[in-house]
Amino acid sequence: MFSKILIANRGEIALRIIRACKESGIKNVAVYSEADKDSMHVKMADENVCIGPSISSKSYLNIDNIIKAAKETGADAIHPGYGYLAEKEEFAKECAKNNIVFIGPSPENLGLAGDKIRAKQIMIKAGVPVIPASDGGVETIEEARIISEKIGYPVMLKASGGGGGKGIKICQDEEMLSEEFLMAKIEGRTSFGNDEVYIEKFIDEPRHIEFQVLADKFGNVIHLGERECTIQRRFQKLIEESPSPVMTPELRKKMGKAAVDAARAVDYFNAGTVEFLLDKDNQFYFMEINSRIQVEHPVTEIITGVDLVKEQIRLSAGESLDYTFDDLNLRGWAIECRINAEDPERNFLPCPGRIDEYMPPAGFGVRLDTHLYQGYELPIYYDSLIAKLICYNLTREGAVSVMKRALGEFRIAPVKTTIPLYLKIMDDPFFQKGEFNTGFIEKFLPDEDDDDDDD
Amino acid sequence: MSDTAKRVKVMAKMSGVFYRKPAPEEAPFVEIGSVVKKKQVLALLETMKVFQKVKSPANGKIVEILVENEAVVKDEDIMFIIEKG
Repeated sequence: MFSKILIANRGEIALRIIRACKESGIKNVAVYSEADKDSMHVKMADENVCIGPSISSKSYLNIDNIIKAAKETGADAIHPGYGYLAEKEEFAKECAKNNIVFIGPSPENLGLAGDKIRAKQIMIKAGVPVIPASDGGVETIEEARIISEKIGYPVMLKASGGGGGKGIKICQDEEMLSEEFLMAKIEGRTSFGNDEVYIEKFIDEPRHIEFQVLADKFGNVIHLGERECTIQRRFQKLIEESPSPVMTPELRKKMGKAAVDAARAVDYFNAGTVEFLLDKDNQFYFMEINSRIQVEHPVTEIITGVDLVKEQIRLSAGESLDYTFDDLNLRGWAIECRINAEDPERNFLPCPGRIDEYMPPAGFGVRLDTHLYQGYELPIYYDSLIAKLICYNLTREGAVSVMKRALGEFRIAPVKTTIPLYLKIMDDPFFQKGEFNTGFIEKFLPDEDDDDDDD
Repeated sequence: MSDTAKRVKVMAKMSGVFYRKPAPEEAPFVEIGSVVKKKQVLALLETMKVFQKVKSPANGKIVEILVENEAVVKDEDIMFIIEKG
């Protein structure tokens, strides 16, 4: 086992890792930027090292300074948390070069996660379902008809030069395809300077379901069930839960196997998350593997009882997995709300500033992962995630009532937060029934100003 | 119209890190003397990882740039002065 771990991160995830170290009897080192000298992770760690100026690129992303801090403090491993250097292949390699263990996937895993086309090809070979699509651009309308017939309608015509939802046409049948194909090519040429168009199956009202996986160095790969992450705004997850309200034991078995197959196919090591889209007919499609500990990992910890950060450390130290999903005593339901210092009434504008009033929720069924304290000044330099409130109970209904009660107790002022938004969502009948898709959040948002039209 | 009436201040709507360039290796959006159009992007302001565009409130010419690249501005700090054209 390691004798000292350096935590190359800040905020709540740094605290999460420091806590895991303390419980495991491992000494720990916090690193911090100049803006973070009064941050909680610095106060809580056994040792701390300043690694540079406030701007992340000069501190939390500064590989040289972090490696130097590890060497100077005698740390034999580095936990990168999430974000920052967590998925940087170069950082994992640099750790290895300096005889420091990178607590996370192998550099090869990290390299592949960044190459979605190659990853998709590997998944097809491994028999993991992917979103059916044309192999690259489609030239003629005849070709488009044949491919769409094979994929099955509805299909999406996507301009290769487009992005962020632009340059996409949805075709319900062959007639629409015939009309839209030439238009898509013309628009691609005029809007993006590239008339290449490809075809992909359109997934209507999808849900975002991901599976937690763990893999050791001896070829054992297990999954730890799913997380429901459908409620998002601009691809940022807001609410996650485990289990998913739409999951059945049969579907979990199928998706769990696909997740394990996916991890195996890429020789995955350590903790990872296999993301899927699930359609209305319970067909699921591989999206990507996230090669890190995820923000929403606590909901899995609550229902499985497995401490994922300690498992990451244990696996990186060369220990093995001697259990599977079926050995775990699953219990109850866990929901997480990501609380951000943002104003939901003002288009989610960030709200830095001093926390003058702070009263955290507590009581049965409440876990709070946060780096806030009264008097803390939220720096302008970093992410607006300020707390993860995780509530649990034996049933989903019970977990929702605990969440409502805990959100009601939670006082943070004068900084604006997303707590009022979550209170509204907890009261929403569709949320309560578990009926939602990736567009769910729209009805809670004020009409957004078009970014390009504001003054 | 007096000279001061023609001078328009561009103030920060919230605190953040001020960037004069779209990327470190690229040229600044504007320099002193640049002629700008209303709504033209003058700079970026990053607050908690969210980038907002700083846009020109008027047609005119940049006569002063009061903040260094990558410096922190506070709510209502003046970033540019534009002489209305």
